[in-house]
Amino acid sequence: MIPATFEYVRARSVREAISLLQQHGGRAKLLAGGHSLLPLMKLRLSQPEMLIDLGPVDELRGIREEGGSLVIGALTTHDEVANSPLVRERVPLLAECASQIGDVQVRNRGTIGGNLAHADPAADYPAAVLALEAQMECEGPAGIRTVPASQWFVDLLTTALGPDEVLCRLRVPVQTLGQGWSYTKLPHPASGYSLLGVACLVTVDGGVCRDARVAVTGAGPKAVRLAKVEQALVGGRLDEAAVAEAARLASDGLEATDDLYASAEYKRHLAVVYTKRALLRAVERARG
Amino acid sequence: MTGVRVSMTVNGVEYTRDVEPRTLLVYFLREHLGLTGTHVGCDTSTCGACTVLMDGKAVKSCTVLAVQAEGARITTVEGLARDGELHPIQQAFWDEHGLQCGFCTPGMMLAAVDLLQRNPNPTEDEIRHALEGNLCRCTGYQHIVNAVKAAARAMGAAVGAPAGGE
Repeated sequence: MIPATFEYVRARSVREAISLLQQHGGRAKLLAGGHSLLPLMKLRLSQPEMLIDLGPVDELRGIREEGGSLVIGALTTHDEVANSPLVRERVPLLAECASQIGDVQVRNRGTIGGNLAHADPAADYPAAVLALEAQMECEGPAGIRTVPASQWFVDLLTTALGPDEVLCRLRVPVQTLGQGWSYTKLPHPASGYSLLGVACLVTVDGGVCRDARVAVTGAGPKAVRLAKVEQALVGGRLDEAAVAEAARLASDGLEATDDLYASAEYKRHLAVVYTKRALLRAVERARG
Repeated sequence: MTGVRVSMTVNGVEYTRDVEPRTLLVYFLREHLGLTGTHVGCDTSTCGACTVLMDGKAVKSCTVLAVQAEGARITTVEGLARDGELHPIQQAFWDEHGLQCGFCTPGMMLAAVDLLQRNPNPTEDEIRHALEGNLCRCTGYQHIVNAVKAAARAMGAAVGAPAGGE
């Protein structure tokens, strides 16, 4: 399978990429690692007339800590996120999520920015960035703006990123002491995408749950937070019965869609099962 | 469609070619450079037959544009042996019968080289996890896993032996 023909330009800077996007409008797509876009282009589901390769743009690389957050460049590969000592120490939920994406070869090429800009409904990062309340930093002709994860995912394969904007980096608040975490998924055996994945962060103090954030990916057109589960957890003690009781609410009002691999009903069932598993693991970690 | 100039080092040799931008790295290697040891299997970044090392890391060359490899160092199966001596991973696949039809073997070996560079002494679980992106339809994987273990032992024994074949 070969993509349809397209024009190819290498951007040398974010500013240059933005000006190319302005010149070529909806005809052009940004290329990062290409592990979401190229498969679609090979199937001719996507046929951009121009690819603007961000590969040479070094300002989009790197991971650093700044004011209580990790700043992660959009071109950082899944492998770099999974194995970065800084991410593993400061935001272990994100590292755990990255380590479960695809396979080694996919993690070596796929990037966090490309993944989040593509917003595949079965991708893993969306659940993690929702639970972590990360911020996406985008640059466009008017300058830099920051979009919270809660407003990033708009619909199937659709994000808040503007047509002439580049997703440059993420700001991910570092996890704190007493916070337990888990990313738990059922991978499709061939593609590695999530049939269903759950990211959670729970803060426990004196045996009582002070804060809970639970997000699910794979069920419907976009990843979502599970507010009812979160409300049921906060203020209570997180024993197995309480967790199971709260997890039962995961399917309550959850938008799930039938696809080739699983029915909506099965996905709702998986949401309950994987929410419980993810929460039990997180609670165990919160206890230390 | 005008060509785009791309330069990369493949198995230690520098190549510069003009390619159509839509040329996938695997076809660049096979059809432009004649290096047909890298195989096209599923064509959907699932099977891993097209795995090569790009700057030392295993990637699926059916999902990389040749133009994205500008300036990169690529290692294919043809670059593993040195001076007529098989790379330890090749010798181990031979000794342990790590293949039947051989179609998946180049990709398996390059994914294994990536693993052994990161983790010279992997457990069986770690080997199976690292080869998750490579499918074999003949052997049932056990002999492949044995071959990677044997290569790890051989490379550990040969002090200072380079892991990659660049």
